[in-house]
Amino acid sequence: MHSSALLQMRDICKRYPGVQALSDAALDVRAGEVHVLLGENGAGKSTLMKILSGAVRRDAGDILLDGTAVDIPDPASARRLGISTIYQELSLVPHLTVAENIFLGKAPTRWPGIVDWTAMRRDAARILESLGVSIDPDTPVSTLRLAQQQMVEIARALSDAARILIMDEPTSALSQREVAQLFDTIARLTSSGVAVVYISHRMEEVFRIGQRVTVLRDGCHIATRNIGEVSVPELVRLMADREVSDHYPRRTNRRGEELLRVNGLVAGGLHDVSLVLYRGEVLGIAGLVGAGRTRLARAIIGADPVERGTIAIGGRTIGIDSPARAARERIGFLPEDRKQHGLVLGLSVERNVSMSHLHALSRFGMMDRHAERREAEDAIGKLSIRTPTASQLVLNLSGGNQQKVVLAKWLAAQAEILIFDEPTRGIDVAARHDIYLLINAVVAAGAGVIMISSDLPEVIGMSDRVLVMRGGSITAEFSSESVTDAAVLHAALGVAS
Amino acid sequence: MTSGSATRPRLRAQRSRQIGTFAGLVVLCVVLWAATPHFLTISNLLNVLEQTSINAIVAVGMTFVIISGGIDLSVGSVLAVAGIALALALEGRAPAPAAIILALATGTACGLANGLLITFGRLPPFIATLGMMSVARGAALMLAEGRPISGFSEGFRALATARVLTIVPAPVLLTAVVYLVAHFVLNHTVFGRATYAIGGNEEAARLSGVHVRFHKTAVYGVAGLTSAVAAILLTARLNSAQPTAGTMYELDAIAATVIGGTSLLGGEGTLVGALIGALIMGVLRNGLNLLNVSSFFQQVVIGAVIIGAVLIDMSLKRRR
Repeated sequence: MHSSALLQMRDICKRYPGVQALSDAALDVRAGEVHVLLGENGAGKSTLMKILSGAVRRDAGDILLDGTAVDIPDPASARRLGISTIYQELSLVPHLTVAENIFLGKAPTRWPGIVDWTAMRRDAARILESLGVSIDPDTPVSTLRLAQQQMVEIARALSDAARILIMDEPTSALSQREVAQLFDTIARLTSSGVAVVYISHRMEEVFRIGQRVTVLRDGCHIATRNIGEVSVPELVRLMADREVSDHYPRRTNRRGEELLRVNGLVAGGLHDVSLVLYRGEVLGIAGLVGAGRTRLARAIIGADPVERGTIAIGGRTIGIDSPARAARERIGFLPEDRKQHGLVLGLSVERNVSMSHLHALSRFGMMDRHAERREAEDAIGKLSIRTPTASQLVLNLSGGNQQKVVLAKWLAAQAEILIFDEPTRGIDVAARHDIYLLINAVVAAGAGVIMISSDLPEVIGMSDRVLVMRGGSITAEFSSESVTDAAVLHAALGVAS
Repeated sequence: MTSGSATRPRLRAQRSRQIGTFAGLVVLCVVLWAATPHFLTISNLLNVLEQTSINAIVAVGMTFVIISGGIDLSVGSVLAVAGIALALALEGRAPAPAAIILALATGTACGLANGLLITFGRLPPFIATLGMMSVARGAALMLAEGRPISGFSEGFRALATARVLTIVPAPVLLTAVVYLVAHFVLNHTVFGRATYAIGGNEEAARLSGVHVRFHKTAVYGVAGLTSAVAAILLTARLNSAQPTAGTMYELDAIAATVIGGTSLLGGEGTLVGALIGALIMGVLRNGLNLLNVSSFFQQVVIGAVIIGAVLIDMSLKRRR
């Protein structure tokens, strides 16, 4: 293959106050390729992409498009140059319709200032169809599931006639089927000459769709290789400068007595769900996005109202009507969206950790600040949370360390039932391994873990039992000996194996 | 590059914001001292502090509310109705302590009603307290039959007129006590922790087991309570309770809070900042009066100061 360089970024430097985010970073992308950008969190991938998309300005370095030096001072310039971004955090306007979002800021007009609604709906429908998704262009975005919203986001980028599409973890919220659909779309795009810069932590995806890969580490360009000429261990070594051999660390403990029993739970989107969780086990819950897994977790902790059904802890039936009650019953929830639901980003590590059990840390309503500090420092040591002090604001931590803070919050509250929803979403390979080890340690200490995950290898590799949900019900259960990717997928899709 | 070096600028920025506001106050004082010999006298400074005490106390409750991510537009009206309740009780020959307790209870009840409408009624704080602003004002006018209630005992008026150690006006001392107590509550209690957590991310706080409804309701109760404290001081100082008292005080309190660096988005802010903010407004009013600036133009200046303070604050935040 001898296609010329569409985009070249050379010697890119960017300094934030106190942090050298990029030093001599480089990237060259050819037309029609999927170019994977790899690196641990904090390696500079996001900063490099922000520079390319005009969200931040570089301090030094050259950007060449078709061999010509260009300046990208703002996102509008990037779009004019044919560079579009699908962000990890979706950037849609919730109350506007799908069509309005796709054509936000560039609505087709009949006369100046008068929107041509017919054309807009028609064009939106055409783009969505080319993506292979069935979403009504008149639906408000706020009523769509996360996966569908992402499709709208992609449709919006396509409507810009993009030549370079930047995708930051585009599959992290998608089900297997939706991932396949997305990959089809990407293949179609690249065959028409569009280049895709693809950021992902999922190695199997890298090898499935990438042609070349560039690895960044500590803001520097480390290597660019053809995908056919590298192996997973080699890439991981380039990223982390160390071998991460054991993908899913083993446990040796036995399962203990019954901890949680959910019986005939009926709630919004849940039909007659029953399950049992024992001490010392990881109970995996697999299923497609929208199968009701998060709803089940939220119903168990009392975050959403329950119509029927009972919940028993240690054989004792209790009514959980609020997350506060669940916390008292030592049930901890680690939500999928840590920034929205798991953490108060503007508060310190210490105050996030204490939030789950303020009363245990106080007498007559007055906080024992020494105990609070001691506990946070303990947690930082035990979970090896990378933070200079306990008073560091959580928003300054990386994704993996933020997840550890959420876990620390529940461990400090002495939670015995931990419900993880997508525990490693958006977390880099090395930090994932830490999270798995922590889950194992928690289970070894006698707690029970429910692990909701869309990452099939993860849920299979980590769980003692796997439940599969579909359409708000549990449709299958597998032991760790009998479980296979194919069997779980069949149960999740509802097709015979 | 250690991550430690990334932290210190942030901490420094937080502290420098507080210092920046304080520096603004000092600069203002120096300018006024240069402009008029009447400004930097003990009696005038004590006068400024006394004048500021009412707004400063109302700003305490407002700071709690804004840190929790809300807003309270009813504090001025609640002040009026609490003042009228106090005056009616005193007029009816109730002992002063009983009348004071009645006023505090009235203010707190109004605040809790706001809180319940917001938590259980799921009303936006702006709407709930906008309604209460009108309801409380109307109640004050009805109870007082539209007239001011005047003439109280020396003992009661001593709350405003007494001089502690022959020089410190009692309202200044009372304001200091209110701030010390409130500072302790905000920084050393479960309630204070919950207030910051709810303002920072209400859903995360709820899912972490924080009693969001309880604490949020209580936050508005605090705002009602501090309005009532201010009402008692104002009534004692004027020797009169007026059903139209406290009009626009909500805006002064919001201004003091935001000048002090509290974000209207919630989750951050300090009482020290609110106090400095209230002092800046008080000093400015006093100084402009001494300089014989017309009261019309004073409003322009104060508005400009509010906007300028927030502009500076935001540009500091962006640079972080």
